[in-house]
Amino acid sequence: MSTNDRFVHLKIWRQESPTQAGYFEEFKVPYKKGANVISCLMEIQRNPVNAQGQKTTPVNWDSNCLEEVCGSCAMNINGRVRMACSALIDKLEQPITLEPLKKFPVTRDLAVDRNRMFEDLKKVKAWIALDGTHNLGPGPRYSPKVQAERYVLSTCMTCGCCLEACPQYTRDNDFVGAFAISQVRLFNSHPTGAFNAADRNHALMGEGGIQDCGKAQNCVRVCPKEIPLTTSIMRMNRAVTVQTVKDLFMKDEGEEAGHSGPA
Amino acid sequence: MANARFTVVGGGLAGLMTTIKLAEAGQHVDLLSIVPVKRSHSVCAQGGINGAVNTKGEGDHPDIHVRDTLRGGDFLAEQTSVKGMCYAAPGIIYMLDRMGVPFNRTPEGNLDFRRFGGTLHHRTAFAGATTGQQLLYALDEQVRRYEAEGLVTKYEYWEWLGMVRDEAGRCVGSVAMDLRTMEIRTFPAEAVMLATGGPGIIFGRSTNSVINTGTAAGRAYIEGAIYCNGEFIQVHPTSIPGEDKLRLMSESVRGEGGRVWVPKKKGDKRHPRDIPESERWYFLEERYPKYKNLVPRDVATREIFDVCRNLGMGIDGGDAVYLDVTHIPAEELDRKIKGVMEIYEKFVGDDPRVTPMKIFPGMHYSMGGLYVTFDPDPRTLTPADGSPKNQATTIPGLFAGGEADYSIHGANRLGANSLVSCIYAGTIGGPAMISYAKNNAKSAGAVSQKYFDDAKKYWTERFEQIRKMNGTENPYVIARELGDVMTENVTVVRYNDKLKATLNKIAEFRDRWHRINVLDTSNSNNRPLSFVNQLWNMLALAEVITKGALLRDECRGAHYKPDFKLPEPKTRDPNQDPEWMKLWRERNEKWAKLTMARFTENGPDITYEPIPTPVMEPEPRWYA
Ligand SMILES: Cc1cc2nc3c(=O)[nH]c(=O)nc-3n(C[C@H](O)[C@H](O)[C@H](O)COP(=O)(O)OP(=O)(O)OC[C@H]3O[C@@H](n4cnc5c(N)ncnc54)[C@H](O)[C@@H]3O)c2cc1C
Ligand code: SF4
Ligand code: SF4
Ligand code: FES
Repeated sequence: MSTNDRFVHLKIWRQESPTQAGYFEEFKVPYKKGANVISCLMEIQRNPVNAQGQKTTPVNWDSNCLEEVCGSCAMNINGRVRMACSALIDKLEQPITLEPLKKFPVTRDLAVDRNRMFEDLKKVKAWIALDGTHNLGPGPRYSPKVQAERYVLSTCMTCGCCLEACPQYTRDNDFVGAFAISQVRLFNSHPTGAFNAADRNHALMGEGGIQDCGKAQNCVRVCPKEIPLTTSIMRMNRAVTVQTVKDLFMKDEGEEAGHSGPA
Repeated sequence: MANARFTVVGGGLAGLMTTIKLAEAGQHVDLLSIVPVKRSHSVCAQGGINGAVNTKGEGDHPDIHVRDTLRGGDFLAEQTSVKGMCYAAPGIIYMLDRMGVPFNRTPEGNLDFRRFGGTLHHRTAFAGATTGQQLLYALDEQVRRYEAEGLVTKYEYWEWLGMVRDEAGRCVGSVAMDLRTMEIRTFPAEAVMLATGGPGIIFGRSTNSVINTGTAAGRAYIEGAIYCNGEFIQVHPTSIPGEDKLRLMSESVRGEGGRVWVPKKKGDKRHPRDIPESERWYFLEERYPKYKNLVPRDVATREIFDVCRNLGMGIDGGDAVYLDVTHIPAEELDRKIKGVMEIYEKFVGDDPRVTPMKIFPGMHYSMGGLYVTFDPDPRTLTPADGSPKNQATTIPGLFAGGEADYSIHGANRLGANSLVSCIYAGTIGGPAMISYAKNNAKSAGAVSQKYFDDAKKYWTERFEQIRKMNGTENPYVIARELGDVMTENVTVVRYNDKLKATLNKIAEFRDRWHRINVLDTSNSNNRPLSFVNQLWNMLALAEVITKGALLRDECRGAHYKPDFKLPEPKTRDPNQDPEWMKLWRERNEKWAKLTMARFTENGPDITYEPIPTPVMEPEPRWYA
């Protein structure tokens, strides 16, 4: 083999099952122009041999779209949380270290179980309470400005980067994290979604809710979709405060806490 | 039907919509998906969703949508479902709007619409350039609501393996595998919907997501379902080539004014920005003055192919042409197609707002799929509400919908017609499954346990065998080689000798499959184990696609064989050339038929089925 053949040097976390201990394994895969972390992992599938020349098993990881829109492939790359499919080899220092997210249980190697995120979406009722799917004509009108604001929030792909970076989000607490708070803002800012704003605000009130946020702002810095998470947190903080006051009044008047629109 | 359970396989748009329809009717649904449903391939759709809402005062109408779709598909589509879809489309868009999809708005706050290929109308609703993501999330949220209510149980990271059938051949459930623990179990069901998406990965690199191997449809075919029109594979004109995948540059880029060109001078080495307007060849605009850059995809793809491969006029003499949006204000681009702009920027490193993009066609979509039936209402010529025949495969109890079925797109799909077809399939598929179950004398739950035990035993043994495979062949290497051959010989331009060679290659791959090394024998998240089985099903579908292409000696939509091309008509409008019309009619007589593939041990048995044309008589397709 000629000496100027280039390789990509990777150091990858291996862990066969959730309960087994993990370790690093090193790989050298042929360099290709335009390669990214996932294309290197695919190369290892086609030739599962480590840097020591020993046969090994292909690495396990989660991915699907390969264009940073499905949210599957979040991992720690050189110690920083990001999406693997858009991590271009040319822009990374070698050896490239790949580790699974630490805030979620590892299922194997680089794959983790993020089901908690989907459960938290249930908790905050991240949906619009539709009457039904039959044809009821168009939805409510709203301005292009509101659309633009909602659109960005709606690109959240449940990747978990914001949670990985958040000092307040741990495996043993109930904090719902920045993404879920931001989803509440998304649904509360829809004209009909706002009908259930109080319910969502309440979901952010108790333990694991918005007051757990320490305002460290790590989340916004790592979000691959550049979602304005700190603005969402600020707005929802205010909405929750208003809600608390409202709840007091409503109690006095013996009414249901209803329409508390977006802050 | 107390305690009836249904199974939906797939959580893309088609599967989620089916699930919502079932749950809305109070039915219990087991929803199986290889990936968490929110990560399904539908999130990749960029450009938008079609519906003739006619908010632009252009006189658009569902009937025109029908005509564009049938013409675009070169009259190989199932006409009544096309009509049903086009009439349902405005209501579907409204429903999505009510679910909270952040569709782009007009200044007055109405839904905005953009133009897409194969039509002259603004008919495409869009949410930036990540429409699929937004639509999928909206349906996912509604399903989550039903999940919270206990009507839907999700089985994510579960792979559907095959059917459970009783002695009469009825599908009474499924066998599936937990991809984390590798546990195999059965799921009894009154009816099963396969909404498992397309088979792009058979072509190796494509614009598809990595799990789109077509394994479920392939397996259903092996188990006796008919696979229809497999040879119709859409190659999208504009994608960016990559090591791991071809990333799509949505048609919306041209819809918003993007122009395709190459330097007039062969091998011009100048930076594209330094090439003056007069020295650029806008070949699509020149060749198609009416539709310009928005001709249907098959047409645009062949033209780009022609310019690069036949004329050698590609950028630097290679496989690339410019897709240029630099004349559009960056602010407007960001408002309407930011998602696409970012993909280019991220994966190529150039800013497309400043430097023209370099693109080339890439495998994108399968028009073919599992054969399903429809039950047209004779008055409306659209699928009758709630008929159990809608979206039904040839196997009783097994339904199919979305990219996994063959029905709507004929020989070529129009841009932004897939999302709406997937949701439409769910809209009529869910109710069809319920009626089917109601009409059945015996519930699947009352069927002898023996069938379930046998099916489970079959799959347990099959995976025990795969786990023991310790040969020399790497399954991922075989898959890559399969992809390379399929892309080279079975995409844009097809020749019979190469198609024959491809069939031989597939036979070789199958032979090598038996000498595979499974690479991993563990019982935890063993992806190679599952992939080896999938590869077998991929080979079966590859054979269907290739053999269908070999046998079809004509050009139609995306299927293009230069050796069987009709001569150019002597008039611009071919209808004015009687001699040519005669040739066209003969051709149509012979080939305007569905390709029906049935599995046999010796390869696909292919027959042809005439297509009823109650909605619209076929006519020559021309876009000049
Ligand atoms: C890049 C790109 C852009 C596109 N843009 C547009 C556009 O702008 N407009 C438009 O109309 N169309 C567009 N399309 C086409 C459209 O996105 C797809 O055709 C459509 O989303 C398919 O949806 P589906 O529900 O049929 O399947 P998918 O979304 O592919 O979902 C398939 C589901 O099946 C599951 N599954 C598969 N096999 C199994 C198995 N064996 N067991 C269990 N589960 C299984 C998967 O986990 C997944 O949940 C685009 C396609 C691509 C590739
Ligand atoms: S602001 Fe800080 S504490 Fe709050 S969610 Fe973001 S990272 Fe976590
Ligand atoms: S907010 Fe951003 S980082 Fe957090 S889950 Fe959503 S996309 Fe990922
Ligand atoms: S694979 Fe979908 S985000 Fe990376």
